[in-house]
Amino acid sequence: MSADQVRFGVVVFPGSNCDHDAYHIVKKVLGEDAVFLWHKETDLKDADVIILPGGFSYGDYLRCGAIARFSPVMKEVVRFAEQGGTVLGICNGFQILVEAGLLPGVLLRNASLQFICRYVRLKVENTSTRFTSACAAGEVLSIPIAHGDGNYFTDPETLERLEENGQVVFRYCDIQGRLTRDANPNGSLANIAGIVNEQGNVLGMMPHPERASDPLLGHTDGQKIFRSVIAHCQSMVFTSRGRV
Amino acid sequence: MYLSKIRITLRPSILDPQGKAVEHAVGSLGVGTVQGIRMGKYVEMKVEAKTEADAKRITEDVCRKLLANPVMEDFAFEIEKV
Repeated sequence: MSADQVRFGVVVFPGSNCDHDAYHIVKKVLGEDAVFLWHKETDLKDADVIILPGGFSYGDYLRCGAIARFSPVMKEVVRFAEQGGTVLGICNGFQILVEAGLLPGVLLRNASLQFICRYVRLKVENTSTRFTSACAAGEVLSIPIAHGDGNYFTDPETLERLEENGQVVFRYCDIQGRLTRDANPNGSLANIAGIVNEQGNVLGMMPHPERASDPLLGHTDGQKIFRSVIAHCQSMVFTSRGRV
Repeated sequence: MYLSKIRITLRPSILDPQGKAVEHAVGSLGVGTVQGIRMGKYVEMKVEAKTEADAKRITEDVCRKLLANPVMEDFAFEIEKV
């Protein structure tokens, strides 16, 4: 690993199934360093960024993400996030983040009750986060979703706070960037597809940027999210403890 | 030993598309008018505790921290000695 490479730690829960995709993108496509972190581990192996990948951790038993939250590795991820570390939760990873209390709200069953697997358009609502700095203001990204429980919900007070703080990062939109009801695939409140925490270091999103990052697959909009994170980490100062 | 019988239900403010789908199916049974179907979960667990108050406290703790998500669910339970 060279000194300026960013190290991604991809957490693997029993039932994760997008872990290898995320690993492949950051390591093989974007040329950074990546390690897998088994859910029983308590050492984050000096990762600069933690990815909670998509899948069906613990078979989605009880509620999506509810059991993964109690994995030994999650104690460390919570500590890492509380210290300002960068955490990206994708799909099931987003569900785990809300269950762990790192992000507000909850992801309910899709309003249609159907599992939806297709490309959606996402409007980038905030480009000043460490996850979206490579995007243009109001840019419309094309990234696929694949979930049965992605219907974002929270109470009115929390929604107001999210909006005021610019914590809503991605919204489902049409090709022109309009936030219509038809463009909302799952019934999410205010077309919300992705949010950050108040500190801006934890992002949860239902769409899968790792599935739209390898040029071989034809879409590369997802790269913008990984490239933003990489640029952020490379701008950080090195200390004896690594990047802070 | 105590037995906790726990019911977890969606909060009234949360839409329940699953309940709606079932309601729709019930409608086609032709058994009369059935409304307001809401789906939930039922959990039983045995709790080792000295007193009923202790068993209640443990059950509440498990419900709050794991079995129910307070953002979308309410819970209620009964406890009996076994």
